Parts: sequence; structure tokens; C-alpha cells
Amino acid sequence: MLLNQFLFLSAVLFCCGVYGVLARKNGVLVLMSVELILNAVNLNLVAFGTYNHTVAGQVFALFVIAIAAAEVGVGLAIVLLIFRNRRSVDLTEADLMKG
Amino acid sequence: MLETAWVIPAIPIASFFLILFFGKRFPSKGASIGVLALCACFVLSLATAYQWVQREGTLPVEHHGAPAAHGEDAGHAEEPDDHGKTTDDHAVKTDDHAAETDHHAEEGADAHAEEADHPAEEGADGHAEEGRTGDVAAGGVGRGLATGGEPPPAAPDAEHAEDDHGKTESTAAVEDGDATHKEEAVQGESEGELKRAPVVSSVRWFEIGGIEVEAGILIDGLSVALLVVVSTISLLVHLFSTEYLRDDRRKTHYFAALSLFTSGMFILVTSSNTLQMLFGWELMGLCSFMLIGHWWEDKENSNAALKAFFTTRTGDIGLLVGVSMLFFIAGNTFDVGTINANALAGDIDGGLLTVAACALLVAVVGKSAQFPLHTWLPDAMAGPTPVSALIHAATMVVAGVFLIARLYGVFWQGFDLGAGDGYSPVAMVGGVTVIIAALLAFVQADIKKVLAYSTVSQLGYMVMALGVGAWTAGVFHLFTHAFFKACLFLGAGSVAHSGSHHSFDMKADMGGLKKHMPITYATFVIASLALAGVPPLAGFWSKDEILVGASANGYPLFLWVGVIGAFMTAAYMTRCVYLTFHGEPRGAAAHHHPHESPWPITVPLVVLGALSVVAGFLNAVAFDIDLFADWFEPQFVSNIVTHHGFDGKLALLGTTAGVLGIASSGLYYFRNFGPRRVTERSSMARAGYTLLANKYYLDRLYTDGVVGGIKGPIARLAYWINQNVIDGIVNGVGALAGVLGRFSYNVIDQRIVDGAVNGAGLSAEAGGSTLRTIQTGRVQQYAAVLFGAVVVFAVALWQFT
Amino acid sequence: MDAQNIAFWLIALAMVIAAIQVVTSLNIVRAALSLVVVLAGVAAQYILLAAEFTAVVQVLVYIGAIIVLFLFGIMLTRARIGREADLDNDQRGAALVVALGLLALLVLLLRDAFGGERIGAEAPSTTAQIGDAIFATYVIPFELSSVLLLAALVGAIVIARKD
Repeated sequence: MLLNQFLFLSAVLFCCGVYGVLARKNGVLVLMSVELILNAVNLNLVAFGTYNHTVAGQVFALFVIAIAAAEVGVGLAIVLLIFRNRRSVDLTEADLMKG
Repeated sequence: MLETAWVIPAIPIASFFLILFFGKRFPSKGASIGVLALCACFVLSLATAYQWVQREGTLPVEHHGAPAAHGEDAGHAEEPDDHGKTTDDHAVKTDDHAAETDHHAEEGADAHAEEADHPAEEGADGHAEEGRTGDVAAGGVGRGLATGGEPPPAAPDAEHAEDDHGKTESTAAVEDGDATHKEEAVQGESEGELKRAPVVSSVRWFEIGGIEVEAGILIDGLSVALLVVVSTISLLVHLFSTEYLRDDRRKTHYFAALSLFTSGMFILVTSSNTLQMLFGWELMGLCSFMLIGHWWEDKENSNAALKAFFTTRTGDIGLLVGVSMLFFIAGNTFDVGTINANALAGDIDGGLLTVAACALLVAVVGKSAQFPLHTWLPDAMAGPTPVSALIHAATMVVAGVFLIARLYGVFWQGFDLGAGDGYSPVAMVGGVTVIIAALLAFVQADIKKVLAYSTVSQLGYMVMALGVGAWTAGVFHLFTHAFFKACLFLGAGSVAHSGSHHSFDMKADMGGLKKHMPITYATFVIASLALAGVPPLAGFWSKDEILVGASANGYPLFLWVGVIGAFMTAAYMTRCVYLTFHGEPRGAAAHHHPHESPWPITVPLVVLGALSVVAGFLNAVAFDIDLFADWFEPQFVSNIVTHHGFDGKLALLGTTAGVLGIASSGLYYFRNFGPRRVTERSSMARAGYTLLANKYYLDRLYTDGVVGGIKGPIARLAYWINQNVIDGIVNGVGALAGVLGRFSYNVIDQRIVDGAVNGAGLSAEAGGSTLRTIQTGRVQQYAAVLFGAVVVFAVALWQFT
Repeated sequence: MDAQNIAFWLIALAMVIAAIQVVTSLNIVRAALSLVVVLAGVAAQYILLAAEFTAVVQVLVYIGAIIVLFLFGIMLTRARIGREADLDNDQRGAALVVALGLLALLVLLLRDAFGGERIGAEAPSTTAQIGDAIFATYVIPFELSSVLLLAALVGAIVIARKD
């Protein structure tokens, strides 16, 4: 197997994630897209770890998984808070920082 | 101990922080920490001094400059080595016929070859290489003894020297050179007059632009002498302060500042480079500000602190300029030893060196309160009395004198002090200060101000001594003066503390304290006699040496200045003693039950009184004792200065002046002899008195003349620009700061700065309102821009690199 | 083309299709379930990369926990079950351009940087090895991540709490 197989796959996942983050309106969907990005990164880490014959890649992937869990927890809590305050999770309406 | 002397400045710094952070928790409010720290410093200083004295001398004194190959045989400190090398280089470079000489000198270095050129006479341009024989073939008589103190006759031009292969000069030099020199030099060969090599230990401080700056200590005789003086006085002042400021509300801060102040002086005297000296110097400036303004609730005190700070700052600019200049002209180095060596070797362009020396002289004038920047010192009496003692006796003001002594090579060469032509800018400054300050001391009613002007006057002595080439005399006077002046100040403090109910006014609140305060009285009188130069007390020996130096080095004018100064010193001190301790009690002294001070005050007085008696015998040349010169004179100084024996006539002259001063003043005050109410009868006397009472109108000159002179044109300018300012300017209290402040407020600030600020604001607002349209507040849009930018930059990097 | 490669391309194809579903689907629940496919595919890729332990953790944590969290989130925010017209905002075009630009950039860069590098046949790393690495070399990051999880736990409760 080529290393690049995995890297290209990861790049595609990453770009899908970026598109989702940029184009989605629903807060939950944006968080899902972030998960796509994180998984793309993880795939990279593990692929490079295997390529370099080290477990460090996996270890960091595990850390990222742990942190992703935390991130989703906090992120969903924020989305819920927004929903509770505005009766909507439409991120385009959350523009209090408008200049 | 010599290598680890850095702990001496470190201890008070540690004590400063300890007192600051934990002092309040102690019953003594931190005073005990300060006293203990200074005890440690004192012991360590004594240990350093002991080891220094025990240290074996390794550096031969090559009188009048060039140490030939001597300096290179031993691997001791760098400074003399450098000195030796640079001088030799110089010799080869500038003088062709000296090459042979050098050859000889190197071969027979230990034996007879004696290079006798005189760096000062070489002059800055380094063309006149006179008397460089150093040649055995030049004849047994012509040992190449050119004379340091000899005026130009022995300094012919270079052509002459080349014609006669130096024989003429050497002969001439021997013929009209004084016998002492010859004797000394010959003895130097036979007995091996050796000086102790300075101890340098340093670590790298920082490196900037390839230039390494080192932080380190330089322990030589001068440092050791100063260490002993400073630690002694500071310890006693700390002890004194525990009683004097027993219930002060800011006792903790006082002791913290006192510690820091002492450490500043320690840093200054032990530092091996000028940058570090600058650091200690400024540390003292800061601490003096804090201490003089200790009771800042009174406007007067905080004004005095500001005045002291600003006036010395004026001088500090000189130090900054001088240090920077020396760095560049002495070959990118801050190292004191190298600077001195290079200066003396004539490696530094003469004109630049003179400018640098002038800049340093300005620093000295500011810090050591020389004319015309002496005005801050009497005002500095606003601080607590022990502080005055510390500032005036051991630290702050002697820092300037120390600076000259430390960078003596620069001053020597920069001002051509060795020329002996009767004129020397350094001595002029000192001499003028001696006289004008002594005159001012006569009209003061405040006992501390008398002492303050006396200090100014005595500092003038020291500067004058250094200026006439009498290094040892100047430093020796610094040494002795520290003891008796500290004694006098602490005595004044004692009087105010226990005798006159915190008043320093001799005329209103003192008198007749003799019987109430016997210890204070006795020590005060002893110190006064020492100050007046009565033999065999400390002041006599040092003052006498200054007179001898001035006379023998060819500065007769300053001899007479010294004698007149001695007369006046004796007279005003007699007046001071009379007004304080004799006569009828007046004011507070009569009403407030004066009593003797407790032991923390009297012990320092007694110690200092005793030291005022014995300190002078360190260098009692009359009895052939010259321990001070032997111990404390660094080699590079010994190379250039000449020592003169005891001169009975001059000693008699000085003593007579002192005794006459005491007698005339004593007759006037004690026996009521002489004219009374002169100022009321003679208009000239009245004019003189008014002049003195107004301190020569110097303060007036500074506030009205200098400040006012600048004020006028600016006012017109300001009027022309903005007539609304004129009221403010005219009413300006006279302070330059005020005037400039108004000017800058109304014109620069209101128009230019505000205009710029408003303009910036307006343009920012305009820009902002355009830019705000893209600030949608939608995070996703920002993210899109972010990622897009990443792509663009990545492509750009990828393609164009 | 060996079995591993065939498996890779099949799984990769499924993942890419599912990933596109996640970010384009107009049905929010379908998007979430597509995400499950992607995550499971990533786990399968881990196995291909001889990282079994990580694959198991991926399944447990992502599919087992995070997806459930998402479904809860969908439910709690009262999302409509079924098609919804306005799940996308008005900058889809820009987002597409940026994403494709990024993709093109990454692909070109990776081709230049790692073209031809192979991953050799690898003995699967054991869980023991990973445990050793985590608790010896990476013990401080590990402890920090536990603190982070605790902080996130507390933070999530504080933020979402009704008061």
C-alpha cells in the first residue's frame, strides 16, 4: 500500500469537513463536520505512525479521540444553550459580533 | 576572599529584599536585618583588606610609564599585561630608534634597562618620544630617568631626541631631575618595589553584537580602601539609625533603602567595568532620592530630594556620555583596567580622550557636589541625619572622587595632569569649590548645612588633589575625611536627637550643650580638630599631603588655595562648635532638658572619634610611614605619580593656617574679640554677607537665569503661536518644566498631538465604517476567509520559494 | 492489486460518499447516520494500518458515544425528522471553492512530498506497546487530557444547565 492512499483519503475527508463547517447552517451539523476534520487528522496520524514504525501516531490519535469527545460534549452544550435562548440553532442568526 | 569579594555587595542587596518583604514582621521593623547584614559586610571587608595586605606584591613599579618586559613575566591579572604590551607596541610603532632600545629592554629586562618615557609628556599625538634611552650603552649615569613631575624642559621634541639618540635628554633629565626620582628608581631596582596585582574575577554578563560584556569584581588597593571605609561608616550609621529612627513610621523602608544604598556603593567600588560602575552609581542616585525624601510629607523635603536627584542626574548624563565614549575610543571595552592601560599607553586619540574626560568630570561635578552643581548637597540635609552622614562621608559624594581615582589614567592623559604646568581643569574645579563652599559655611545657621558646605569644600580638596596629580593624597583624604565627617554628622544628629529637640538651628536652639552631652561634645571637637587639620589628627596628614602634592607637582596656585581653605575650615568649625556647645543655652536647648544620647548613638561617635585620631597615621610621612600608599595605591597609579616626602615648611604652613583659623574664630566667639555687627556698619560686608546668604545667587541663577532665559523666547514664541498661552507662561512658577509643559500642552499637545490623535481617530472611524460591512459577525464567513487565505498563502509559498 | 488494496479502495469509496452525504444531506438524521459510516470506515482503515487498538477505541468512542451524543443533540434541538429545506447557508459556493482549492492544494503537495512512499507489511502493534507508550513516554499529556476531560465535563454541565 502506498502512504499516499491514506493521505489522499484523509485530504478528501478533511475538505468535506471544511465544506461542511463553512456551508452548514445547523449547529449540530457543523459539529459533525468538525468530527470529519478530526477523523481526517487521526487517519493521518495513524498512517504516519505505521509508516514510521512507531506507536506514537496511535497514541496521539487516542488523545485526539479523547479531546474530540470533550469537544463534542462542550460544543453540544453550547448549541443547546443557543437553542434554549433563541429557539433555533441557525448559526447565521448568531451574529451579535456584527460590526 | 579576594576572588569572592562579590558577596560584599550581594549581602546588602539580599538584606534589602529581606527587609522589604519580611521586615515588618520583626519587632525591630527590619533594622536588625540591616545591622546584621552590615556587620557581615564589615567583617568580610576587613577580611578582604587583611588578605589584600598579606598579598605578595608581584608588580614592579616602572616609574614614569613604560613597564618594559617586566609585566610579561608573570601570569597575573590582565591589566598590567595589557599595559605592558600596548606600551611596547606603541614604542615600536612610533619610535624607530627605540626599537633597539626595546630590544635591549627585553633582553635585560630584570637588570638595568629602564625605559624612561613619560606617557603624559608624549602627549596625545604621541610624537614626542623623549628620553627613551633605556640603554645601558647610554652610560651609567644616563639611566634614562626622565622625570614625571618635570616641566617641559625635559620634554624636547622628537627630532632632537633622534639626533642625540636620547642621550641628551637622559642627561638633562638626570641633571635637573630631582634626586628623589633617581633614588627611587634605583631603589626600585635593588629592593624591588613591588605592588600587589589587582584581583579580577568576572563572569560573562551578556553579549551584544559580538561584544562581550563582563560583570565582575576588580579588587585593588583602591577598592579595598573604599570597602573598608564604606562598610565601617555604613555599619555605624545603621547602628546609629536604630536609635535615631526608633519610632519612625517608615522604619522598614528606611532600612531597606539604606541597605540598597550601601550595596550601590559596594557595587561601584568593586566593579571591574564602567557599565557596572554606572549601575552602582545610578543605584545610589535612586536611593539617595528615596532617603533624602524619607519624610516626604513636608513639601520641602520632597523638593530637596527632587533637587538632589535632578542635579546629580545632570551630571550623570556626563557619565553616560563618558562611559560610551570610552567604550569606543578604548577599543570596544568597558573594562576599567584596559581603559586605564590604553589611556596611559597613549593608544587613545588625545582629543577624544580629553572630551571623554570632560564628560566624566561633569559626572564628578554632579555627584561629588562640585562647583557649580554643589547646590543640591546642602538641601539634601532634609533627609534623616544618619543618611546625611552616609551620603556625605562614605558613599554618594565620594563616588565622584572615586570615579576620578578609578579612571585616573583617563584623567591623567585626557587633561595632561602630569604636565605640571600649574593649570589643570580638575584642580580648578576642586579649588574653586574649596573656597566658595568654605565661605558659605560661615553664614549658615543650620548645623547640618555648615557640615554640608564643609563636605563640599573637603570634596573640593580631594578633587583638587587628584587634579594636581597627587593621587594618594586625594584618596587618603577621602579615607580620613570619611571618618571625621561621619563623626561630625552623627554628632549633629546626636545633638538634635537628645539636645535640641530635633532642631538643627545652631543660633536658635543650641548652645551650652557641652555639659549635658560630654561624649558628643568630645567626639565632635576631636572630629572638628581633625577636619581643621590639627596635628597629629587624621585630617592633618591627608591635608598636608595634598599641600605637598600641589606644591611639588608644580601647582603653586592650588597650594595657596589649600592653605586658605584650611584656614577657613578651621574658622567655621570653631564657630560651629561654639554655637552648638558653648555659650548660653537658647531655645530648645534651654527648655527641653538636653541629655546625653543612648549607646547606639554614642558608640558610633566614639568609634569614629577614635578613628579620626588614628586613621592619619596610616600615611604619616613625617615618621616614614607610608602604609596607605603601599597598601592601597594600584600599580598603574604608582607608575605615573610621584611621591614626595614630608615637607616641614608646608606642614608648618598648613598647621599655622588651621591654628590661625581656630584662634581668630575662637577669639571672636569665645573671647568676644573683634568687631561686632560688621554687617550693619559696613556696606561692603553687608553686600558680602547678602551674597553668601543667597548662596552666590546660584539657585537664583538656575531658576531665574537659566530657566528664565529660556522662558522668555519661548513665551514670545508661544504668544505668537497662541496668545492664550501667555497668561500661563507669565504666571509660570519659574520652573522650566512648568513653562515647557504649558508650551507643549497648548501647542504640541493641543494642536499637533491632538490633531494627530483626532485625525487618526477620524480616519480610523472612516476606515472602520467601511470595514464594518465585512464584519458580518458570522463565524462561518470568517472561517471561509481563513481557509481561503491559507490556500492562497500556501500556494504563494509553494510557488515562489 | 492485493486484497488489502482492494479493501482500502472499497472502504475509501464508501467513506467519501458518506462524507459527502454528511455535509450535503438535507436530512439531518441521515447526515448523522452517514457520519457513522465514515467513522466506521476510519476504524476499518485503522485495521488496515495495523492499528487494532485504535480501531476498537474509534468504534467505542465515536460510534458508541459521540454519535449518540449527536443524536441527542438533534433530538433536543427539535430538529425535524425528514427533509429540511434550509440546512445550508448562503455561502455554499464560496465554501465549495475554498474546499476544492484546499483539496487541490493538499493533493498536489502530498503527491510531491510522499509520492511513491510505501507502507510495508507490518506486524500489528500490540495494546501493550501502546499502553507502555502512553504510561511511560506520554504520561504527562495523558494526565493533562484526563484533566481536560474533567474540565469539559464540568463545563458542559455548567453551560447546558437550566437555571
